[in-house]
Amino acid sequence: MADTAPSHGTTAEPEGTRRDFLKLTTTAFAAVGGGALAWPFIHQMNPAQDVLALASTDVDLAPIAEGQAITVMWRGKPVFVRHRTAAEIEAARAVPLSELKDPQRDEQRVQRPQWLVMIGVCTHLGCVPLGQKPTDNKGNYNGWFCPCHGSHYDTSGRIRLGPAPSNLPIPPYEFRSDTQIRIG
Amino acid sequence: MIRTLSAAALALGLLFAAPAARAAGEYDVPPPANLSFQGIFGTFDRPAAQRGLQVYRQVCANCHGLRLVAFRNLRALGLTEAQVAAIAAEYQIADGPNDEGQMFQRPGRASDRFPSPFPNERAARAANNGAYPPDLSVMTKARHYGANYIRALLTGYQDPPPGVEVAEGMHYNRYFPGRQIAMANVLFDDMMEFADGTRATAEQMASDVTTFLAWAAEPEMEQRRQMGVRVILFLLILGGLTYAVKRRVWADVKH
Amino acid sequence: MAIGLHDSPFKNPVIRWIDRRLPIFTMMQKEYGTFPTPRNFNYFWNFGALAMVNLAIMIATGIVLAMHYTPHVDHAFDSVERIMRDVNYGWLIRYMHMNGASMFFIVVYVHIWRGMYYGSYKEPRELLWILGVVIFILMMATAFMGYVLPWGQMSFWGATVITNLFSAIPFVGDSIVTWLWGGFSVDNPTLARFFSLHYLLPFVIVGVVFLHVAALHITGSNNPLGIEPKGPQDTLPFHPYYTIKDSVGLVVYAIVFAALVFFAPNFLGHPDNYIPANPLVTPAHIVPEWYFLAFYAILRAVPDKLGGVVLMFGAIAVLFVLPWLDRSPVRSMRFRPIAKWAFLLWTVNFVVLTYAGSQPAEGVWVTVARIATAYYFAYFLVILPLLARLERPLPLPESISSAVLRGGGPLPAGAAAKPMEKA
Repeated sequence: MADTAPSHGTTAEPEGTRRDFLKLTTTAFAAVGGGALAWPFIHQMNPAQDVLALASTDVDLAPIAEGQAITVMWRGKPVFVRHRTAAEIEAARAVPLSELKDPQRDEQRVQRPQWLVMIGVCTHLGCVPLGQKPTDNKGNYNGWFCPCHGSHYDTSGRIRLGPAPSNLPIPPYEFRSDTQIRIG
Repeated sequence: MIRTLSAAALALGLLFAAPAARAAGEYDVPPPANLSFQGIFGTFDRPAAQRGLQVYRQVCANCHGLRLVAFRNLRALGLTEAQVAAIAAEYQIADGPNDEGQMFQRPGRASDRFPSPFPNERAARAANNGAYPPDLSVMTKARHYGANYIRALLTGYQDPPPGVEVAEGMHYNRYFPGRQIAMANVLFDDMMEFADGTRATAEQMASDVTTFLAWAAEPEMEQRRQMGVRVILFLLILGGLTYAVKRRVWADVKH
Repeated sequence: MAIGLHDSPFKNPVIRWIDRRLPIFTMMQKEYGTFPTPRNFNYFWNFGALAMVNLAIMIATGIVLAMHYTPHVDHAFDSVERIMRDVNYGWLIRYMHMNGASMFFIVVYVHIWRGMYYGSYKEPRELLWILGVVIFILMMATAFMGYVLPWGQMSFWGATVITNLFSAIPFVGDSIVTWLWGGFSVDNPTLARFFSLHYLLPFVIVGVVFLHVAALHITGSNNPLGIEPKGPQDTLPFHPYYTIKDSVGLVVYAIVFAALVFFAPNFLGHPDNYIPANPLVTPAHIVPEWYFLAFYAILRAVPDKLGGVVLMFGAIAVLFVLPWLDRSPVRSMRFRPIAKWAFLLWTVNFVVLTYAGSQPAEGVWVTVARIATAYYFAYFLVILPLLARLERPLPLPESISSAVLRGGGPLPAGAAAKPMEKA
């Protein structure tokens, strides 16, 4: 064996040989394995099963007088539950769809007209709009007003003015009785 | 040769060191239970696990908790969402505080876990002559011989052999360390009816509740084994490939 | 060190830009690319790399587990069960961490065994060896504290027994124990500080591993013949020869690891640790994890409490001075026929000690543990020093490559034996 130089000592082979294919296959296999190994480490940070299961919040409607609103937490977010007056419902229903950036009829947003249930997170950049308390600034449309960048929502929670792109979202909910809803 | 022998000695030693000494009390080694999930590729027999759930709820749950298992987990045994909701609703779960600041009880939901029969260990002991009925959530992992032990224990009650004194309030069971256990025999033939028509003998109920408890302790077992097969197969192929590359790389080098 | 940008040999502009300012690529090329490595390694030389991979796995799985674990006595056990049941792939990551600890000790024990058999602790590698012993001690501390975290019965009672040992120290013993506990028994303060230190120590281990590899790269690796390389004919560049060979070992290691994790995840554990810790109920037999059993046996072999503690720590301490106890100029036990058998007996003895540690300290096992403990120390303190002076070693080959050409091992009988090479 005359070869004394430490090298990848073999006879020279042209490119694209069997040896390269073997190396390629092995490397590919190892890469797939590495990816498969990495996935559990990434996925474990996604919500766990018990978090996903904690879906619902029950809300008792009886104490909410007409014209009043409460805020409940659901899945870590504020949900506005408003007992609307006849005037607020009227105003919401009178708005032509052409005026709306995110056209939606009020009837599509409520199950019973006097109860408006929506997620109280501004669809612009996520602040909690004002308007729940009687003393709050309700904006130009008598609904909710987001002080962060000036989004105005109407009595149906629809975006009327400002940078928010869409209406305040409606969470899934159902009436368990006339005085109780279950959100989620 | 020598080194291989040493390595083998090391490995053998580790193999035997692993199961540590038995508990101080003497007991009979439980026979194999031969349940569906035992053996390297076994799975949980779903009907057996469902019958076992019934045994747990009607018999064991009077004294033993299962606080780490949520009602929603029962979907894995083949129960529908409606069945799970119905089972959950049979239990009262502590919740609160409400707007008055009071804790209250409400019907269970799928997201709740099984409530324990006693609020804490002391209450459990007080109600059971000083003995604590342990929570069963991980019981098949918490005892030597696992499922075999649970299965054997449940039907291991018998009259003590002549000359053996059983203490007041204790019961003779040949599989329990020390052979005297505070728990009485609770499984009797035909004490319940199974919906699938299987006859509820004590042996049947013992097998089924053991299957259920094995699932409760290791709900991931089937997925774990399936993944294991795939991983090891993959590694065997990768090993072959890697070794081939190694031989190629080293082919022309004296070593 | 000269001031000014490094003269980088790389052509790729991005790599070159980095390398001129911080020559990490040059360093990688030197230490893991062209580094001259003896060409006659056997597979025992894989285990250092395996240990490094294992450390990385423990850190990765550990950091993930820490995202979900609660270090409080009221919540620890349940938080681990939550990981097992609710966290996505939580069971997999937990079992990897748990069995990864066992794999770590298997790998390190084989690595240490290699060092002892081939004389890798001898001049000039004494400091390399000492750093290794430091890593071993840090591993044991980390593993001990880690086992407490799930807060099972063995967690609690193992912690109680081992921390109580320090009370054997005269005068200050009790104060030290109180200080360790942060209270009057193992309780929440103990658990919380063990969590903090368990998270910290692996990174200290990383630092010492760095020093360990740096020291190795000054002296170069030992090899199965125990004779130094004489030139390039005796070595190969680390890449691709040992990168690919280490990869083979890595896959075999992964298969063993996978077999444990997926098919027998609790085989090396103790069922009592699935019982929540109860300070009022002592388990029938308190046993540490298998990798501590030999030292546990030594601890219990001595009837006196302080004596047992001293001997147990002494069993590790004696490793520090091994390079000075064994003065034989011949490194590899391939060429030391008597020492070889003494060492193989020591290996079997270690296994016996391990098994004795798993048994209750009663009956025949007391005697077995005492004899095995005696031999453990006699090997280091009596046999090796004596053999260094009295043993006649077999003749060494001229060089690695000549041995390689002849198929390895000593020269045939009758051939002129090279004078014994001073290690």
